[in-house]
Amino acid sequence: MTAPATGPGPLLEVRALRTWFHTDAGIARAVDGIDFQVQPGEIVGLVGESGSGKSVTALSIMQLVPRPPGELMAGSSIRFRGEELVGASGARLRALRGADIAMIFQEPMTSLNPVLQVGRQIGEVLRVHRGLAGKAVWRRTVELLELVGIPEPERRSDDYPHQLSGGQRQRVMIAMARAGEPELLIADEPTTALDVTIQAQILDLIAELRARLGMAVLLITHDLGVVAGVCDRVLVMYAGQIVEQGPGADVFREPHHPYTEGLLRAIPRLGHATERLAVIPGAVPSPLAWPPTCRFHPRCPYAWEACAAHAPGLIPLDGRSGASRCWLEPHPERRAGRGYGDVRSGAELP
Amino acid sequence: MMPPAGGPVRTDLPPAGGRAVDDTTAPPDALLEVRDLRKHFPVRRGLFARTVGAVRAVDGVSFWVERGRTLGLVGESGSGKTTTGRTLLRLIEPPAGRARFAGQDIFAMDRRQLRQLRRRAQIVFQDPYGSLDPRMTVGDMLREVLQVHRLAAGRAREARVRQLLDIVGLSPRHAERYPHEFSGGQRQRIGIARALSVQPEFIVCDEPVSALDVSVQAQVLNLLRDLQRELKLSYLFIAHDLGVVEHISHDIAVMYLGRIVELGRAAQVIGTPCHPYTRALLSSVPTPDPVQARARIVLSGDMPSPAQPPSGSPFHPRCPPPRKDADCVRLVPPLAERAPGHFAACIKEPAWR
Repeated sequence: MTAPATGPGPLLEVRALRTWFHTDAGIARAVDGIDFQVQPGEIVGLVGESGSGKSVTALSIMQLVPRPPGELMAGSSIRFRGEELVGASGARLRALRGADIAMIFQEPMTSLNPVLQVGRQIGEVLRVHRGLAGKAVWRRTVELLELVGIPEPERRSDDYPHQLSGGQRQRVMIAMARAGEPELLIADEPTTALDVTIQAQILDLIAELRARLGMAVLLITHDLGVVAGVCDRVLVMYAGQIVEQGPGADVFREPHHPYTEGLLRAIPRLGHATERLAVIPGAVPSPLAWPPTCRFHPRCPYAWEACAAHAPGLIPLDGRSGASRCWLEPHPERRAGRGYGDVRSGAELP
Repeated sequence: MMPPAGGPVRTDLPPAGGRAVDDTTAPPDALLEVRDLRKHFPVRRGLFARTVGAVRAVDGVSFWVERGRTLGLVGESGSGKTTTGRTLLRLIEPPAGRARFAGQDIFAMDRRQLRQLRRRAQIVFQDPYGSLDPRMTVGDMLREVLQVHRLAAGRAREARVRQLLDIVGLSPRHAERYPHEFSGGQRQRIGIARALSVQPEFIVCDEPVSALDVSVQAQVLNLLRDLQRELKLSYLFIAHDLGVVEHISHDIAVMYLGRIVELGRAAQVIGTPCHPYTRALLSSVPTPDPVQARARIVLSGDMPSPAQPPSGSPFHPRCPPPRKDADCVRLVPPLAERAPGHFAACIKEPAWR
């Protein structure tokens, strides 16, 4: 085992990540050149709609992309505490997964073993990754179930997954993720299948675990509202790229990228019922053929000639931290008189 | 009807605040009026499938839908909102209680009347893919409906198919495609086109945008609003997302564990919620506003099983302190009027407002 690099520095550093899929119809460039970092103890939200590449990003970090058809393209780098994960051995990755990096998914039922009591599943993580044995496993299992807010943990640990509610199953998943005492939790749509009152409980639990244990979280979701409450920093993905990033509060108060702005204005907000919802015309393009320049320009209400001619990079914002992949940054005058206010719902389909 | 499961169900306590919902509450010209609707599903066990209990999916709900307006029925999974919508089109039979559509008793309709009802009242489902025949082109699907209901033939039928596609924002060339060739949002447009093909007055929209991405959801919500205005439609809009419901609804009913706990104009329910569950639900709605997002009321525990509903107020086991007391555990609160047209089922409400 290589000694982990110590000292200051990002916990996770993703550079030039490109995850492509070779299909009969051509190459699907699902993740197509993304860079970001997660600092120790930080909660980072990765937001996007279906097809944006956010879940493939998560699978790439865990080195769980099925190959073939998937491939992490040359130059892709994923460093965890400075250690390169791309090309790492299977044994090394298995040691990292569960112990240093844990992952929870939208539907806990698909990740839990249906014929094994939940306590035993947590116990297995403790045995394999923490080296516990005997009574210590049982004590720690109950402690973990208690930590994630399962009532009567001694009794509940004997339950099978189907005997628990959706919210409780997600708590068990978090307890399992916690069992390895990871420094990074990757949560892929952890609240999407849950009711709003239960969703609020799970988000609180994630925030609480971060506060108490200093665990960093990469929270992947399609729901900007979910991200707003808990994330320190937000990354917005569109068509395989990060199109905007910045501190959570800033991105929501003052979105810079037209896609972020459209998404935020498309959400019905309580107390603003009379407003017409903004509509982003058209649909997400196919990953087999992203537009060659700005990938959002065919749907963008601000687009002008430059957008069809040159691909913008992630341009740092003027005056606050954050960046936007948009030519509006050097040309703010182009915002005047344009935007989603003019878009009518009748015109949105190709 | 199943016997009540322990404890008094109705209370003779004077409704705190005002009159309770009764036969005279709904406006006389309401398109749909539902009174004390109940749907219990038997729980069977053993060799002889003996009935050992009941899931009280819908447990005495009353509401109404006015012409040209939308009633939003909001609740979490297990609240009974979907069962409520389906009983009204007789897709689930036979419930107890009364439902009148344009003055006619829905539950007393014979086969011929039911056919009439399904021309006037339609439903749009959450998963359009699951409700569209994968082997039929969109055009054939619409033609079939028009034929079955003898609404148009020959050239008129073709013109109507093109018109329906146009109404929902699809193009005539889409008629020859199969459901799998469409995106989720487009499939929901097809589901809406099919519902509209019989020129209904009333549509039950059962979680129509829940499976869609945010930007597509906005397209479909705007479409439903435009259609309502142009075609004078009335909707029962069932959803779990309070933001979506507020956006599309004139009136809102909040369901919890088979009962309506709050009912009123949308502005009343959202602006001055009277039931602690509504308040918790409102505060839980994820909103892209970091300040508001941190002021949540986080409820403890899960919704109880509708097979073993708690006594008294269905919300009392999760009701945040210090509001509940012994009366909440003992007595089922009536849906009582708090302000003109605004009803809530909570006996503690006036004390702490």
